[in-house]
Amino acid sequence: MGLLPVVAGVTAGARRRRVWAVQIGFLLLAVLAVLCAPLVGPTAISLRQVFDPTIAFADNVDAQIFFIARLPRTLAGALVGGALAAAGVVLQALLRNPLATPFTLGVSAGASLGAMLVITFGLPLTLAGIPAVPLASFVGALAAVGVVYGLATMRRQGLSTNVLLLAGVTLNSLFSAIILFVQYLADFTQSFQAIRWVMGNLDVSSYQPLLWALPMLLVAAGAFAGLPRALNLLTLGTDSAAARGIDVLRTQRLAFVSASLATGAAVALGGPIGFIGIIVPHLVRLLIGADHRFVLPASACLGATFLVVCDTAARTLLSPMELPVGVITAMLGGPFFLWLLVTRGGGPR
Amino acid sequence: MLRAKAVSFAYDEGTVLDGVSVEASEGGLVGVLGPNGSGKTTLLKLLAGLLTPARGEVTLDGRRLDTFARGALARRLAVVPQETELVFDYTVLDVTLMGRYPHLRPFELEGPNDLDIARRALDATGTAHLEARPFRALSGGERQRVAIASALAQFDTGISNLGRVLLLDEPTASLDLAAQLETMALIARLSEEQRTTVVLCTHDLNLAARLCDQLVLLRKGTVAAAGRTDQVLTRDTIAAVYNVDADVHRHEATDQLTVLPLRRKESP
Repeated sequence: MGLLPVVAGVTAGARRRRVWAVQIGFLLLAVLAVLCAPLVGPTAISLRQVFDPTIAFADNVDAQIFFIARLPRTLAGALVGGALAAAGVVLQALLRNPLATPFTLGVSAGASLGAMLVITFGLPLTLAGIPAVPLASFVGALAAVGVVYGLATMRRQGLSTNVLLLAGVTLNSLFSAIILFVQYLADFTQSFQAIRWVMGNLDVSSYQPLLWALPMLLVAAGAFAGLPRALNLLTLGTDSAAARGIDVLRTQRLAFVSASLATGAAVALGGPIGFIGIIVPHLVRLLIGADHRFVLPASACLGATFLVVCDTAARTLLSPMELPVGVITAMLGGPFFLWLLVTRGGGPR
Repeated sequence: MLRAKAVSFAYDEGTVLDGVSVEASEGGLVGVLGPNGSGKTTLLKLLAGLLTPARGEVTLDGRRLDTFARGALARRLAVVPQETELVFDYTVLDVTLMGRYPHLRPFELEGPNDLDIARRALDATGTAHLEARPFRALSGGERQRVAIASALAQFDTGISNLGRVLLLDEPTASLDLAAQLETMALIARLSEEQRTTVVLCTHDLNLAARLCDQLVLLRKGTVAAAGRTDQVLTRDTIAAVYNVDADVHRHEATDQLTVLPLRRKESP
């Protein structure tokens, strides 16, 4: 049984207290991960010295390593992990499919193609001050999503989640084919660079990339905040949701656009890091039940924690060599995904 | 009173309903019958406000459905779908509490009052003991009753029971005999004791004969017959609508109208 054991006859007050305790627990876990991860690395530093107010920042080497060298990367991990996990929750509810991921609808393939084009054809490294690779991947992600959305709404009124799913899967393989073609044209250095990008990497060494991603992530988070009740009802089916006063089409649009925005921003920041969007939501559901009002924030926190921990492992396990974090999440995620497929299938047991 | 006045509706594929009128008075129990593709489900969706008629109008107590705010309508009119399939493991109580969502402000969690209402709805449907179970682990009959409980939890309390409308799509279609009887008894109780207005559509003529006091018989999107149950369920109307010879008689022990289909009519 999970953290929220379901007991018949429990009172409303007890339900609320337990829910809050669990949410705060997940939040504290994420904060703890973000504070501890920068302490780990080739140079040992102490948290006490980092926050020692008696030493000026200019003289405090530990604080400099903490805040300048390691914290940006940790924060990037937290943002990317949180965004991917939350987007996974939203898309699984929208598509009524527990096996959906943030990349199901073609986002990662679109982003990869964008990044690949910039890398291979040597486009300028920055556009209007923004590095071209993340920018192109973000544009590619949104372009893919736009095509999928267009297809899903073309045939009839409303949003067909079936077409959404099929169009996403088809677009994923189409883009993969184009990516292969572009790679064929690339030289070895470019290919190597491109492959490293596709593996997912949180090689962030300043706060600037975070500031570019943040507005997008904040807009998505704002949209996510209003969604959970409607997502619960959507999992009952669109008619049942509408009969309980939900504007189904508006909810579907909002869920789709905000999840895509979060995924696009996350991929631009860290590359297409796989499996977080599916492992984390399922772990959270196993722990606290299915209610999206609690699953969504808890998943965002656990996603942040999970990616920060994985990234710490990625940069320290084979130190001084650094593994791409996507390799770690995939190694954990692949078997987990299979376990999920075998034990839970796609529908009711 | 829920009333559809000469409603028409067309999907891209063609007209589904053409000038259909239905009336369900307070506490009434109206059955919508008809062969596959006759427009039963579309009519139910129009009555629920899930679809808007191309012509004609649907009114609740004289007021057009599309003039209600979404939440306000949901507090008076609830729909039970043919089947409720969930993809995640909500508990029975979770599902029932979803009926309270139209009553909550943004970001508000259910309070003691909502929990109380949800539990009474479970009680009324005989599923209170299942409260903590995962919905997906229930049998078909239990699911159907919990789905009805969730719909009942939608209604405003405090005001009179009158003016509540419950719409059911094939409430017994996928149920075994015992579950069919349970569900029928529940619907009858809601109508008689709580004076809830009920409209249900079904393929089961005997269910309709047993439960409903008014019937609407649809054929190819138009009303073939409408009125009191014993006036609608006759050999002639069944022959005309279903193209089937049937024996219609009163069951001796229960005095209940019983339809026994005999053979498919030879096409002329």
